[in-house]
Amino acid sequence: MTVTRSGPLPDSGDPYDVTVVGAGVVGSAIARALARLPLRTALIDASDDVGSGTSKANTAILHTGFDAVPGSLESRLVRDGQRLLASYAAQSGIPVEPVGALLVAWNEEQLAALPALADKAVRNGYRSARILAAADVRSREPQLGPGVLGALHIPDESLICPWTTTLAYATQAVRAGVHLHLNCPVLSVTPGEPHTLTTGRGPLRTRHLVNAAGLYADDIDRFLGHADFTVTPRRGQLIVFDELARGLLRHILLPVPDARGKGVLVTPTVYGNVMLGPTAEDLDDKTDTGSTAEGLALLREKGRRILPALLDEEVTAVYAGLRAATGQEDYAIRAHPRQRYVTVGGIRSTGLTASMAIADHVVDLLAEGGLPVTGAREPDPVRMPNLGEAFPRPYRDAAMIAADPDYGRIVCHCERVTRGEIRDALASTVAPASPDGLRRRTRARGGRCQGFHCGAAVRALFEEARR
Amino acid sequence: MDVRVDVLVVGAGPAGLALATRLAQAGAGRVEVLEREQHAGGMPYHLHHGGFGRPPRPWLDGPAYARRWVRDAVDAGAAVRTGVTATGWAGPLCLETTGPAGLERITARAVVLATGARERPRSARLVPGSRPQGVMTTGELLRSVHQHALPVGRRAVVVGAEPVARHAAAVLRGSGTAVAAMLTEHPYAAAVPGVPLLTRTTVTELRGRGRLTGLAIRHRDGRTGLLGCDTVVFTGDWIPEHELARRGGVPLDPGTRGPRVDASFRTEAPGVFAVGNALHGIERAATAAREGAAAAAPVLAHLEGAPWPQPGPALEVRAPLLWVTPNRITGTAGRPLLLRSGAPLTAPVVTATQDGRTLWRRRLAGPASPSRSLRVPPRWTVRADRTGGPVVLTLG
Ligand SMILES: Cc1cc2nc3c(=O)[nH]c(=O)nc-3n(C[C@H](O)[C@H](O)[C@H](O)COP(=O)(O)OP(=O)(O)OC[C@H]3O[C@@H](n4cnc5c(N)ncnc54)[C@H](O)[C@@H]3O)c2cc1C
Ligand SMILES: Cc1cc2nc3c(=O)[nH]c(=O)nc-3n(C[C@H](O)[C@H](O)[C@H](O)COP(=O)(O)OP(=O)(O)OC[C@H]3O[C@@H](n4cnc5c(N)ncnc54)[C@H](O)[C@@H]3O)c2cc1C
Repeated sequence: MTVTRSGPLPDSGDPYDVTVVGAGVVGSAIARALARLPLRTALIDASDDVGSGTSKANTAILHTGFDAVPGSLESRLVRDGQRLLASYAAQSGIPVEPVGALLVAWNEEQLAALPALADKAVRNGYRSARILAAADVRSREPQLGPGVLGALHIPDESLICPWTTTLAYATQAVRAGVHLHLNCPVLSVTPGEPHTLTTGRGPLRTRHLVNAAGLYADDIDRFLGHADFTVTPRRGQLIVFDELARGLLRHILLPVPDARGKGVLVTPTVYGNVMLGPTAEDLDDKTDTGSTAEGLALLREKGRRILPALLDEEVTAVYAGLRAATGQEDYAIRAHPRQRYVTVGGIRSTGLTASMAIADHVVDLLAEGGLPVTGAREPDPVRMPNLGEAFPRPYRDAAMIAADPDYGRIVCHCERVTRGEIRDALASTVAPASPDGLRRRTRARGGRCQGFHCGAAVRALFEEARR
Repeated sequence: MDVRVDVLVVGAGPAGLALATRLAQAGAGRVEVLEREQHAGGMPYHLHHGGFGRPPRPWLDGPAYARRWVRDAVDAGAAVRTGVTATGWAGPLCLETTGPAGLERITARAVVLATGARERPRSARLVPGSRPQGVMTTGELLRSVHQHALPVGRRAVVVGAEPVARHAAAVLRGSGTAVAAMLTEHPYAAAVPGVPLLTRTTVTELRGRGRLTGLAIRHRDGRTGLLGCDTVVFTGDWIPEHELARRGGVPLDPGTRGPRVDASFRTEAPGVFAVGNALHGIERAATAAREGAAAAAPVLAHLEGAPWPQPGPALEVRAPLLWVTPNRITGTAGRPLLLRSGAPLTAPVVTATQDGRTLWRRRLAGPASPSRSLRVPPRWTVRADRTGGPVVLTLG
């Protein structure tokens, strides 16, 4: 198993058969799909961990794709991806909660838009959407603010854990022989046979190349002479409320969409909290994942309207993620077979859901470029530690504690994370490189106190493991 | 495993331990104190400065003070169990616990919530900006320095200027971190020698990727600036640790955010009491301990079968007051009421009214400050109509 984080890249003389640039949820899914093949594959990322770009900061919904543009590539890949990921999650221990969504109409115009949305869902192959009358909506969601006129019910919209999803893909890929190189930014590419990537850790040669660089996919494209699209970061700020707010709602509460995107929603998370967001702001700076006073004020104003009682709850965290908008209404997945190169661009607001289907699609495109895709074998299954509140967690598991008392030693009190889980994460195949990485693997320090009680203890465990 | 005890105290800080000591001394049967940390003693365990102990001569440092309470409780016959967390409820007086020895359900005749308080972190205060490392609360700072000897940073800013903030500044300096400034939204505060104090100032943004590089600030008159630092400590702004109370359906007071209690520390859930910082956020350790000790008599009365009273009239506050404890009048209060103002006032007058009738009015001796509670004598509470509307306290 090869995971490197520093020093020159290992050089075995031969180039890699395929290299995937970008270890977000999309790149990791592609690496996992490639790991089934008898190839030498590399997965590289500029940052120190997998899934630390857009993939770590989204609203974590496993979409049905009911509202995609019918006939688009996104529509197909979201629909297939949902099915693939739901079953992968069940096998791998990634928490998924099928809570369903309500697209709530707050005025006549929105109410009038519901039938068209229901039709669109059908055209996207989704047949279970139903329009509910106001009274029915209210009985399902008693805490909704005043003025609800009706809703479209999408029973299959689900919650998922985005962190363990990316991690499961990467772990499985690494265990099946993929080389994962972190802290490895691609600085330029010299196209050729093989291509030579200049990285922050020296040259890397590869026959086939996959560009899954998210916000920077346009840069990588330009290195290979393509200028099909430009990525504009569209920031989404989010407020995460305390777990004690979880009882306020049962469904994902979606607004009726407008041209700017899916709009501000209120959703439970698999970790048991409630999330409010995201905003949609077009920026110039691809690194600006900061929150702003205006953004938070806007979210609070919208949230107060949707679920007034939510605003009385404590805020646990504030995040921002950047969607890779391209100005086009579909994914920008482009194959350049003669260059043995595939770009996976413009994976805006559904990439988590579609990831496995995108991966299969990319493998097909690579095959068109001459990549040998015979001899596929299913990799060994992975079993991720459960971070979901609706599933048994170690601190509640008498058998686990009896077998190993460290699962009874709670270190992070708000999130009930035990020493055993922290120890396991620190020793895992793709180990965390920072306390934040540890948080995404365990929830430690992710709770309401943000480290008042456990911050020092968690950091100490992290530092000790690094020594 | 199912266990039965007479009194289960959750939280081995000064409040819980003082109560357990009294109860065990009074022969209340099996008194058990649960503490989720590895050490009993609560917050003082992490406070390595002097000034703890029984007034008028406080002389102990925090850890010594904590140890003394633990010893008193154990000597009196209470069981103090560390590393055990109360995680939820299996019944009205039955708590579920997790510890290295496994899971338990502990049923008690009386449950006492003595779970303390925490500071609101940056996120709960909605301070915008990036999410770098180097952002913490006083609680994390103390534990980093005293318990784990972790490096903190080179240059810190302390947000807040109350006693806890000054303590944070001292701990930072003691650990080799320079304190670039302390800042507060309030118009005045006591400065720490050698540390610039910025009043009427708020943090408008955190900057830095990976590690904090600075804070954008704004003065109330509109001036803005940037403070370079790699560490920021958000201090004060306390909130009771009320998770267990809420999960058990124990009603909270909207002002304190702690369980609503009467003057005998009875919550509105029969058999469940609450004491110490769990009721109101931070007070001095002696106050928490005194509350714990004072709760012993009502807990004993409950064990002997005294009826749980109907919740009497609520005690409410109006701005600039933030909260009062107790929160209900079910009998004559034997101890002073604690009252907290959100704004400083030099010679405050407190007025208590019920259904338009003035029950009591007095000019208090000292000034009101947002960082210290006012004590209001309790005698006038006999005048409240037990079946009347809320008793409203105002400050002018
Ligand atoms: C606010 C918000 C809400 C969302 N909600 C949902 C949702 O509910 N459901 C859903 O399915 N999707 C959602 N999404 C979309 C989803 O998060 C993204 O589509 C997905 O994470 C994209 O993954 P990615 O792998 O393409 O990009 P990323 O996760 O950004 O990964 C790209 C990686 O490439 C690396 N990289 C970039 N340049 C280089 C280089 N030069 N060299 C080496 N490495 C490089 C980066 O470090 C990064 O790790 C949401 C997105 C946002 C922003
Ligand atoms: C920085 C700082 C400086 C201070 N300086 C002084 C000073 O100089 N002088 C002074 O008198 N006071 C000082 N204090 C205040 C003093 O520490 C507190 O008033 C006192 O500790 C409150 O006691 P308590 O028992 O209510 O709560 P705590 O001491 O907070 O104890 C509560 C305990 O409950 C435990 N607990 C919570 N939930 C659970 C659960 N579910 N299961 C098991 N256990 C649980 C916690 O781990 C904790 O140990 C200071 C406080 C701080 C933070």
